[in-house]
Amino acid sequence: MGQEHEGINIFIMGKKYKVPDSLTIMNAMEYAGYQLVRGCGCRAGFCGACATIYRLKGDYDLKVGLACQTKVEPEMYLTQLPFFPAQKSEYNIQELKATAEQISQFYPEIFRCIGCNACTKICPQDLKVMQYIGYAQRGQIDRCADESFDCVMCGLCASRCPAQIVHYNVGILARRLFSRHLTPPAQHLQNRVEEIESGAFDKEINELMSADLIELKRRYNERDMEA
Amino acid sequence: MSYTPKMREQIKKVEATRAERVKQNFPRMNPEQKDNVLKNFHPDYIEASMRALPVGVNKGDRVPHELADLIEARSRVENIKFDLEDIAYDVDVLVVGGGGAGASAALLAQEQDADVLMVTKLRFGDANTVMAQGGIQGADKENDSPAIHYLDVMGGGHYTNVPELVRALTMDAPIALKWLEYLGTMFDKFEDGTMKSIHGGGTSRKRMHSARDYSGAEIMRTLRDEVRNRGVRVIEFCSVVELLLDEDGKCGGAILYNMETGEYEIARAKTVIMAVGGSGRLHYQGFPTTNHYGATGDGLIMGYRAGAKLAFMNTIQYHPTGAAYPPQILGLLITEKVRGLGAEPVNIDGAQFVFHLETRDVEASAIIREVKQNGKGVTTPTGMVGVWLDSPMIDIIHGPGTIEKELPAMVRQFARFGVDIVRDPMLIYPALHYQNGGLLIDENGMTNVENLYVAGEGAGGIHGKNRLMGNSLLDIVVFGRRAGKHAGARVKDITVKKLNMDHVASYHKELEDNGVDTAGRVSPLLLPRYTHRIDE
Ligand SMILES: Cc1cc2nc3c(=O)[nH]c(=O)nc-3n(C[C@H](O)[C@H](O)[C@H](O)COP(=O)(O)OP(=O)(O)OC[C@H]3O[C@@H](n4cnc5c(N)ncnc54)[C@H](O)[C@@H]3O)c2cc1C
Ligand code: FES
Repeated sequence: MGQEHEGINIFIMGKKYKVPDSLTIMNAMEYAGYQLVRGCGCRAGFCGACATIYRLKGDYDLKVGLACQTKVEPEMYLTQLPFFPAQKSEYNIQELKATAEQISQFYPEIFRCIGCNACTKICPQDLKVMQYIGYAQRGQIDRCADESFDCVMCGLCASRCPAQIVHYNVGILARRLFSRHLTPPAQHLQNRVEEIESGAFDKEINELMSADLIELKRRYNERDMEA
Repeated sequence: MSYTPKMREQIKKVEATRAERVKQNFPRMNPEQKDNVLKNFHPDYIEASMRALPVGVNKGDRVPHELADLIEARSRVENIKFDLEDIAYDVDVLVVGGGGAGASAALLAQEQDADVLMVTKLRFGDANTVMAQGGIQGADKENDSPAIHYLDVMGGGHYTNVPELVRALTMDAPIALKWLEYLGTMFDKFEDGTMKSIHGGGTSRKRMHSARDYSGAEIMRTLRDEVRNRGVRVIEFCSVVELLLDEDGKCGGAILYNMETGEYEIARAKTVIMAVGGSGRLHYQGFPTTNHYGATGDGLIMGYRAGAKLAFMNTIQYHPTGAAYPPQILGLLITEKVRGLGAEPVNIDGAQFVFHLETRDVEASAIIREVKQNGKGVTTPTGMVGVWLDSPMIDIIHGPGTIEKELPAMVRQFARFGVDIVRDPMLIYPALHYQNGGLLIDENGMTNVENLYVAGEGAGGIHGKNRLMGNSLLDIVVFGRRAGKHAGARVKDITVKKLNMDHVASYHKELEDNGVDTAGRVSPLLLPRYTHRIDE
């Protein structure tokens, strides 16, 4: 152990452990001896597997963070929320319309939002969660998609919602609706796929495949670079 | 934690040379110098870091010790008695691994009317796929073509790639992108729907497509949503620990392991698609890694035991810029964009020692040389050594506010632990990033073991000795789809005969016959062990 580490007490699910103060919650749990199975995925703030709820001693305020992105603090009482039993609707994205009605058909509870803002306050990604639910209610699907984009689907918002909304499932539906139905498909991509399917590149590729190493190297080294 | 007083002193040297460095152009290396630094400092070239395999199809081939240790190990289920007739899941296609390759394979297999079961070690989507920031390649612009892409891929892989696989990769790329677009993936686009695309290391055309700096996450969550919508059965926290072969030596199922209860179950399947990803968590040569928690190379181990051939497992990609400090984010990927915007690597004296935009392998090797040979690294309180990446240069070059606008994720990641990359440089060291090789596949994703498919980072041959950025997200979709389609379509004609584990027994015998000391090791590893330690 490095010399600069201060030992501090933390409480993992109520049990006391002394850990170096420089650690993340995730590393501290491992330091304490936990072999994580749940509650750990990317270890880098991308996957949302490690949602954690904690309180500091003497403070009523419930705090949250991603265990891999949050440092331990003295007298921290913590537990992970590795799974949340969220409702997800099943749909065929191809058949849907990008409207508020469509979203409310699958997630009618969004209209029960009481405006408490608990979702926004708890979001470890600092997203304006209540705001994007508002966009969904009003059928502003583009804005809902944009505002919810950085969501890692950790489940914390849903765990706090008195209206029982599963915000992140609304977010993914909005992003898919926006991308599939409100954004024009890339014409150049469509053209290219048709060219490939008609065999337009077969000859050229096969030529390269049968080129010897010297020829291949020459063509690689002489290829022109887009500025 | 923020920089210590000692480090703050050291940063002054970086600040002292900054203005001068912004003005000067550091020379690029010539081919000879590149060769030289690679040969002497690239981790792949360190003879002592690898050893020849004593058993199996690749007997004699060299692989990193950390992998060899798991290959020269006994099955973790050796001492368990299984009734292979007691079949818990009888399916057409078993997809192992819930990353991008697995999800693509499951969708395409199901489209062939196959009954698909997906099992995955962690949650569905907790995978390397979700971590990819940069983007995905595909030759879809007018000035580009699959042939130009082909040439870039071959050159990038030092001409060692399997040509048929590269053809499949580059010809299918637009088809894969079109499919993702059709499913509602939120690519960065112009108003008229035209894809925004930029360069990546080694590309001759701007064909890197992105979804902000969450490209992999966006692809993953879209595919996952689709898998769920289509009602594919998915079991999370369920690993495959050994493959099962039938009497004809064809793959016919697997042993499943419930990660929580420790229970084992038998799955019989007409085809098995292993999409279990890479092996960064084996920490080759002690390197920190950018990879997710479950990247322990399980597929390599199980496939090898079943007789599948490995390819290019002696080449590993090290990303030049992994975080070396603060310790909480050790190994965290620092996107290439930081250097792309002009930040230079600087040593303890405040001197630049390499051009900031050499290729990944050369840049990484030069950083290792500066630390290992020249002793010009900066040591952190936990004993990690790194060099500076002078991020504040970016705002000087491009104007104030650029860092915050262009690199919001990076700013956020460092700020969480008290480092302000707008004001202070970052401390970096190369990190273990990508497994270039894997189990050798054909154009349909099948290995030399009949009915065993591999897709994604676990497959080998596509990228040869070196993968270019953006071609991995591409290959998981292209070959996930190919494997899913082929494996799904063929099930009509397959009947699985009596299952057995004879290959495991004969593998053990081969170990013994060759006098291999397995020192009590069992594999696959499933999860790395980080208990009771403070550095990651
Ligand atoms: C930080 C980072 C950034 C990257 N950036 C880019 C980029 O910009 N562009 C690009 O093209 N590539 C990038 N890559 C590479 C690319 O993301 C990966 O190579 C690719 O996503 C791998 O996909 P996969 O489906 O093969 O494996 P993964 O996505 O890793 O999925 C494998 C799955 O298998 C599961 N699994 C593992 N073992 C078992 C087992 N025994 N039983 C059951 N399940 C198991 C895992 O839990 C996981 O869910 C990046 C990688 C990283 C780590
Ligand atoms: S482990 Fe993925 S966000 Fe923390």
